[in-house]
Amino acid sequence: MSANAPTEKKKGKAVPRTAMPEQPASVRVTNFNEVTLGYTPEMALTEANRCIQCKKPLCVKGCPVEINIPGFIKKIVEGDLHESYKVLRETNSLPAVCGRVCPQETQCEGSCIMGKKGEPVAIGRLERFVADTFMASDACEQLTGTHACSLEHEGLKVACIGAGPSSLTVAGYLSSLGIKVHVYEALHELGGVLIYGIPEFRLPKEIVRKEIEAMKAQGVEFHTNWVGGKTITVQDLIDQGFNAVFIGVGAGLPKFLRVPGENLIGVFSANEYLTRVNLGRAYTFPAVDTPAYTGKNVAVFGAGNVAMDAARTAKRLGADRVMIVYRRSEKEMPARLEELHHAKDEGIELMCLNAPVELIGDEKGWLKTLTVQKMMLGEPDESGRCSPIACDGQFCDIPCDMAIIAVGTGSNPLMTNSTPGLELNKWGYITVNEDTGETSIPNVFAGGDIVTGAATVISAMGAGRRAAKEIARRLLG
Amino acid sequence: MPSRILKKRSLIPGQTSELVLDAPHIAAKAKPGNFVILRVSENGERIPLTIADTDKKAGTITIVYLVLGKTTAQLETLKEGDDILDLCGPLGKDTDIHKYDGPVICVGGGTGIAAMHHIAKGHHMAGNHVIAIIGARTKDLLLFEKELKRFCPEVLVSTDDGSYGHKGLVTEILEARLKADPTIGEVVAVGPVPMMAAVARTTKPFGVKTVVSLNSIMVDGIGMCGACRVSVGGKTQFACVDGPEFDGQLVDFKELSSRLSAFKAMEQISYEEFKKSHVCKCSH
Repeated sequence: MSANAPTEKKKGKAVPRTAMPEQPASVRVTNFNEVTLGYTPEMALTEANRCIQCKKPLCVKGCPVEINIPGFIKKIVEGDLHESYKVLRETNSLPAVCGRVCPQETQCEGSCIMGKKGEPVAIGRLERFVADTFMASDACEQLTGTHACSLEHEGLKVACIGAGPSSLTVAGYLSSLGIKVHVYEALHELGGVLIYGIPEFRLPKEIVRKEIEAMKAQGVEFHTNWVGGKTITVQDLIDQGFNAVFIGVGAGLPKFLRVPGENLIGVFSANEYLTRVNLGRAYTFPAVDTPAYTGKNVAVFGAGNVAMDAARTAKRLGADRVMIVYRRSEKEMPARLEELHHAKDEGIELMCLNAPVELIGDEKGWLKTLTVQKMMLGEPDESGRCSPIACDGQFCDIPCDMAIIAVGTGSNPLMTNSTPGLELNKWGYITVNEDTGETSIPNVFAGGDIVTGAATVISAMGAGRRAAKEIARRLLG
Repeated sequence: MPSRILKKRSLIPGQTSELVLDAPHIAAKAKPGNFVILRVSENGERIPLTIADTDKKAGTITIVYLVLGKTTAQLETLKEGDDILDLCGPLGKDTDIHKYDGPVICVGGGTGIAAMHHIAKGHHMAGNHVIAIIGARTKDLLLFEKELKRFCPEVLVSTDDGSYGHKGLVTEILEARLKADPTIGEVVAVGPVPMMAAVARTTKPFGVKTVVSLNSIMVDGIGMCGACRVSVGGKTQFACVDGPEFDGQLVDFKELSSRLSAFKAMEQISYEEFKKSHVCKCSH
């Protein structure tokens, strides 16, 4: 362990970023196992040594939950993984998840000083390495050194509606301070988008389950099949004496394209397709009962992470050809870089500068043909990306028996409709105080997609952390 | 959370049963028109079923199902005292109920009669004179006549084979009634898609408000996946959060029928596998 000597660190600059072992593309398209395999201890040590331990670390500013990044990496270098895990858990309730699904290139790694001249430190991969080593081995012991995290504040209780990343963050944070947290989830399984949205090959469900088990050990109580706004309302929870309520009900109804033919059989929203495959485990049908239709020629509309997930899922379920149909060019694609690379490696075709204009079916209502129109790039629009302009008269028909629409989601009305006095913006999302996450109703907080519209796991977690801090401040002083 | 089966009653042996479930948190909130989503086993599929009745005092809800695939066949194997693994609700919008001067006609076909029962009861509670028109292929397949008679001043029956009541279709009774009584306030129809479409066609010339309750395929049932989308008046609507009840004159029934067939082949595979394994167990 001479690795922490200063000379080693200087030398670190020349060491290339440690590659992540992964299943070869030809093999992984035939299974749903995780694509990336994780660092070995040797790889982690090599990579950890590339961190130059900045005095004013920019990476931490780039992290929505403000992980002490140089801190946890330093502990890897020192060989104290246990301590490294503790550093992660101080601010992040789901490190094994974040190490896998965060868009690090625009957050911590995007800010890493090493990236200015060369390649940034692989912070996400290191986070995953440490989290996987210690994940849920005994959460209480990790945190407190004892086998039971007893509640310290018997009288205080907080309710979270939804069991996705934002609520889990609130639950993890507050329970570690000894506050009782009850989480109400509408689906039969816990984890929200981590379970129904992100595929097994990118985030094994076992990881999510273990993280949740760790929270149970910390005293969090989970209630499945409780639909926020239906089975239980905010008022019910206030009446039951909860000191604060956090609304983290996640994404809402999928957006559609408003082109003719999108209700044909074979046309799915990405939410439906992924929910069938992930929550329903349809990739093991008929061992499970939830079916997922698989086409031969599959078109996916959209180019974000969800589109990549849907495309790669269709490939694994046996599609011959999977096309990402996108109005802009590859440069504008919003997907996480690694997902785009993985998709291309797996043979997903990028059909850029094309927009769907019609879906055509047979006499029985099954999708058969997709008509696209050529596009070109114009001036940047309000999103900063070049806006697509349709090229007159340039249409093309493509054989297509399955289409997946992954162009985002709107707000879910169940919770917001059932909560009188809850202020919403013009899109139906909940308005919150940006510093505290508090809604227009005192002591009722909200975060995640129901506030921002479709965004990332980590931004939802950041919102959860903000709200949890404020709740803790109010309850504990 | 699991939900215990308190009572099970076979309505049509081997085909249709009624379950009374211990679900106080759902019963407390359930209104006519609502449905639940349930899952029978660890590898099971989520399916929607309309709530046929509620007893808020007892904390129970009643559901009625027709065995037509693996999930319902599995449900049929459960007995009183068994648990349903997952049950969530009440979902969907409540039926829009108001007091009319004239009667409200509630039309039900097949298992839809049970779903219609809850809506009819809601209209009755609001003070409406409810006429129930129910139909089945033959007398033995008719459901809920007695239950409806408890509060409906008139229960009119049709069977395809004439074994009971009017020989013919429910829409024939409906049409005669609409002709005879111009004060009909509203018509509600719950049943197979062709029946609901026929009811909408029948009421159209009379200009009577016609509500249909749609049974589209659902996955989550909580406004997330869009599987249940239907075209209503040319607009995409979601049966789980915008419905399940819509204006019968505006629903694209042809599209609904087509979408309901999307997974037929795979549903068949599941069901056949289940029947094989089930027979197997019995013979050992």
